[in-house]
Amino acid sequence: MNRRASILLGALLAALLALPAFANDYLLSVVILILFFAFSGQAWNVMMGFAGQLSLGHSLYVGVGAYAAAAIYVHFGIGPWAGIWLAILVCVLMGSAIGFLAFRFGISGVYFALLTIAFAEFTRIGFDHLDWVGGSGGFFLPVVRRNVNDLLNLRGSPVMFYYVALALAGGAFAFCAWLLRSRVGYYWQAIREDQDAAQALGINTFRYKMLAIVISSAMTGVSGVFFAFYYNNLFPEQIFHISRSIELILGPIIGGLGTLFGPVLGAAVLTLLAEGITEVMAMLGLQIPGVKQVFYGLCLLVVIMFLPNGIWPTLSRRLGLERKATGSDHG
Amino acid sequence: MPPELIANVFIAGVLTGLVYGLMAVGLSVIFGVVRVVNFAHGEMMTVAMYAAVMLFAAWKVDPILAAVPVAVAFFAFGYVLQAGLINPFITRPEHSQFMLLVAVAMIMVNALLMGFGPDALNVQVDYQLESFAIGPILFDKARIYGASAALATSALLFAFFKFSRTGKAIRACADNNLGAKVVGLDVKHLYALTFGIGAACVAIAGCMIVLLVDVTPVLGPGYTLLAFVIVIVGGLGSMPGALLGGVLIGLSEALAGLFFDPSAKSMFSFALLILVLLFRPQGLLGRRS
Repeated sequence: MNRRASILLGALLAALLALPAFANDYLLSVVILILFFAFSGQAWNVMMGFAGQLSLGHSLYVGVGAYAAAAIYVHFGIGPWAGIWLAILVCVLMGSAIGFLAFRFGISGVYFALLTIAFAEFTRIGFDHLDWVGGSGGFFLPVVRRNVNDLLNLRGSPVMFYYVALALAGGAFAFCAWLLRSRVGYYWQAIREDQDAAQALGINTFRYKMLAIVISSAMTGVSGVFFAFYYNNLFPEQIFHISRSIELILGPIIGGLGTLFGPVLGAAVLTLLAEGITEVMAMLGLQIPGVKQVFYGLCLLVVIMFLPNGIWPTLSRRLGLERKATGSDHG
Repeated sequence: MPPELIANVFIAGVLTGLVYGLMAVGLSVIFGVVRVVNFAHGEMMTVAMYAAVMLFAAWKVDPILAAVPVAVAFFAFGYVLQAGLINPFITRPEHSQFMLLVAVAMIMVNALLMGFGPDALNVQVDYQLESFAIGPILFDKARIYGASAALATSALLFAFFKFSRTGKAIRACADNNLGAKVVGLDVKHLYALTFGIGAACVAIAGCMIVLLVDVTPVLGPGYTLLAFVIVIVGGLGSMPGALLGGVLIGLSEALAGLFFDPSAKSMFSFALLILVLLFRPQGLLGRRS
């Protein structure tokens, strides 16, 4: 990252911190959504973008994290700050179980992707029949007055959720920036580029792939806790569905896989695109279901065809934000 | 539980499974040759189902007859899709191909939603509720016809790949892409043909399955997953494997619906998938690459 990039990043952060002072609830809810996808996209990016392991079942960790924290809150009154640790624990256990099975048995590529889908779907149907958390009928958190901010129980106004989401997205960004520059980060990139070569150099590929899935699933679980307390209702049909996994990974891929800004930029572009289409449709008075998604799909198609590496690598080159003479590193 | 009931459910499961198998054969053929996982497979199936429903609504075309024109149209569609959109992605990484087909799938599902709305549609033909009886054992006519069509199509496909020049050329591409280019085969054209053939398989399966289930736009992702499960269980790239996988999954769905909760039926399919991936990742009839 060069000087100009640091200044831009600082300006962006300042603007985000000041945003609630002059944004209405609608704008705030849009930015919260962007920050949520930036955070969960960053989490997925650790596994795919850094370590090159394609998971298409990350909705599993969103769902399990959300249900874990919500269940102990509703049933035992234990707040989300304790629940988050339970969510992380459960997600790490599930992530390491999947990782252990896949990496030990040498499953990779398409097969690994399908294995992650299978676990997510298996869990979805399981939760459909788990009456303790409402089954397929849904699980609901008590909604309280929005003008009292109870940060301890994560009950409160959009502004409070906004700052929580900002802290999560910002924290994940800093954490990933550190990871990418750490020894582990370089091991991951070596595995991503050529696993056999990495192994030949003495990198324990099993251990570092496990580390990637553990970190990624833990972070995604945290995003699930936020999801549960922000939306207050959980349906297995929605939260574990494969379309949620896809939604989650669109941001990093569109933004720029393996880059730090990619997930953030991708989340912003996609969310604003979706909201923009909704607005335009409302203005035109069109109310045909499906039009919005068709247009969204066409936009995706165009980006994938013409910007195979995502938006960020191209954009940062245009803006002159890259350090001179760096290779494929778009940090 | 009376044994006749179990036997009837067993037979229904196997017959439905063969239709599932034909759908999965399409996916398997495409992956085996083009090496692209068609994430829009179930959505293509749903489009074929709508085509059959529309032909029936407009001209009372029996879905079994409708399978022929729909398959031809799908062949053309598959050819164009591969030649125009997917061929440039052949050398791109897996996630990039995945995104491309996800976008295609998203457009298909929602175009259907725009055109037909969210409500379920179906066809009603007089043989849907009839069955052949051998003693106390019943064979639903619709399922028998569907399974026969699936077997006939698969046999035809098998003969095509085994004996025709084009079929051999396609197999050559699958075996050794570079070698195929060296001997002067037009690989891109053959890839497009293959995708067309895969699409035609889905089209026929879709026309048959419409006799058994109502169609809504949101069926797509479910069928995509089902096709994945089947080809992984049977062996990605193996045609007999896809049929066998289809039968196993059809059977496990039917029996799970009988002995447990119908809504939990696909849980058993996914459990089977996980087991196969872990202990025989190349699938039951697949070869280790």
